[in-house]
Amino acid sequence: MTDRKIHAFRRENGRVGIRNHVVILPVDDISNAACEAVANNIKGTLALPHAYGRLQFGEDLELFFRTMIGIGSNPNVAAVVVIGIEAGWTKRIVDGIAKTGKPVEGYWIEGQGDIRTIADASYKAKEFVQWASELQRAECRLSELYISVKCGESDTTTGLASCPTVGNVLDKHCALGGTASFGETSELTGAEHIVAAKAANEEVRKQFMAAFEDYTRLVFSEKTDDLSESQPTKGNIAGGLSTIEEKALGNVEKLGKKTKFIGCLKPAEAPTKAGMWFMDTSSAAAEAVTLWAASGAVVHLFPTGQGNVIGNPIEPVIKLSGNPKTVATMKEHIDLDVAPILQGEMTLDQAGDALIEMIVRTANGRLTAAEALGHREFVMTKLYRSA
Amino acid sequence: MIHFLIHDSADTVAVAVTDLAAGAECTGRNLSTNKTLTAKTAEAIPLGHKFALRDFAVGDTAIKYGCEIGKVVQPIRAGQHVHVHNLKTKRW
Repeated sequence: MTDRKIHAFRRENGRVGIRNHVVILPVDDISNAACEAVANNIKGTLALPHAYGRLQFGEDLELFFRTMIGIGSNPNVAAVVVIGIEAGWTKRIVDGIAKTGKPVEGYWIEGQGDIRTIADASYKAKEFVQWASELQRAECRLSELYISVKCGESDTTTGLASCPTVGNVLDKHCALGGTASFGETSELTGAEHIVAAKAANEEVRKQFMAAFEDYTRLVFSEKTDDLSESQPTKGNIAGGLSTIEEKALGNVEKLGKKTKFIGCLKPAEAPTKAGMWFMDTSSAAAEAVTLWAASGAVVHLFPTGQGNVIGNPIEPVIKLSGNPKTVATMKEHIDLDVAPILQGEMTLDQAGDALIEMIVRTANGRLTAAEALGHREFVMTKLYRSA
Repeated sequence: MIHFLIHDSADTVAVAVTDLAAGAECTGRNLSTNKTLTAKTAEAIPLGHKFALRDFAVGDTAIKYGCEIGKVVQPIRAGQHVHVHNLKTKRW
C-alpha cells in the first residue's frame, strides 16, 4: 500500500483541508439571525446556526469554546466571520481561530443592532469569499488527512461488511502515518474489552476505561428502563440487532485488525500527533460528527445499515452500506456499496481499497451524497443545563 | 448462494444475509475459517436477522463474534428467530 496523491487546500498552518468554506459563525443562539442574513447576502458563504452559547459554565463552557474555535480552525474552512451578541466571547473565539493564521473577523450586535452588524459583516464576508474563491488546490498526500469514523442506524450487516471495511482503511491509513479518530463511548458497551486491548499502552488503556466508566455511570444515573429503543435504536432493532453488546461488537469492527490507539481525546479536542485516537463522544450521529469536525477532522467515514442520512456542513460524510436492501431503496444516500461482501463476491481488502478510492475522489472535490442532498447537521454537544 | 454467515467458530447464532423462508435448508460461511456450514430455519428469518444454531434454555447466553451478546429470556429451538422477544442485554 502506497500513499495516494490528492489535490487539496494546504492552510496557513500547514494542515490539509478538502473543502474551502467561508463560515459565518454565530457565538450564540441570538446571533443566528444576523449570521443567516449575512450568508443570504453573500453567496458562497455558510452560516452555522446553533442553539447554545449563553450562560454556559464550567466544563460545558470549555467544550463550547473548544467546539466554536475548532470549527473555525478546521482546515476545510478558508476564512471565518464571527458574530456574537457582545464583544467578550466573540473576541475569544476570533482570537482562538486566528492562531491558525487564517483570515477571521468578529462583529457584535450590542450597541449597534442587527442591521448595521449585518452590513459590516457582509462587506467582510464578501472580501473573504472572493479571496477564498481564488485559492488553488495543491498536491498533498492522502495520509495528511485526519479521518473520523462512526456508524449509524447500524444493523447486522454493518458488523459483517461496512464497519470492517472502515477498519481495513484505518489500518492502511494509520500504517502510512495518517491520523484517525473513533468514539461513541456508550456504544462500546459489551465490546469495551476489545477496545481496551487496542490501547497502545497501559496509561492510554486506563484513560479509555475511565471515560467509558464515566459514561456508563451517566447512563445508570439517568436511565428509566433498559434503554431498549434508545440503544439499540428502533432502526437497529428493525435491522436485526437485539442488544447493545451485539451493536458494540459490530461497531468496533471499524477499529481495524492491527492499529493500536495512541491516546484519548476530550470531546472536540484536536489530536496532537499522527495515529489513531479515541474521542469521548455521544453515539448520536450529528452530535458526534460535529465534535470531530471541531477537532479538525476533514473527512468522515460513516457505515450505515438501515440508512442514516446524516451530513455535516464542513466535514464531508462518506456513507457506505453493506445492506443490499438499503443500497437499493436509499441509493441517493450511499456513496459506496459494500453489500457484495455478504456473498463473498468482494473481500474486505477490495472493499477497503474501494473506500480509499472514494476518499481520494471526495478529497479532490467530489461532493458526497450528503453534500449533494444538502445535509448540514450541525449539533453541538451540551453537557448540562446552563446557569 | 450464501444464506447466512457466522463471525466466529464459537458463535451460537447466525445472521441471515438474504430473506429466508421457514424450513429452508441453508448454506452458510464461517468468516473466521472460511468453512461452509449448513443449517435449517424453523421460521422465516428476514435479511440481517439472527437464527439459533442450537437449542437455548432460559438463562443461557448467546454468542456472536465469539463474545456474549445477551441472555436468553424465552426458550429457543435451533433454527428459530433470535431477537428482542427472546434475547435481552446483560448490561443495561
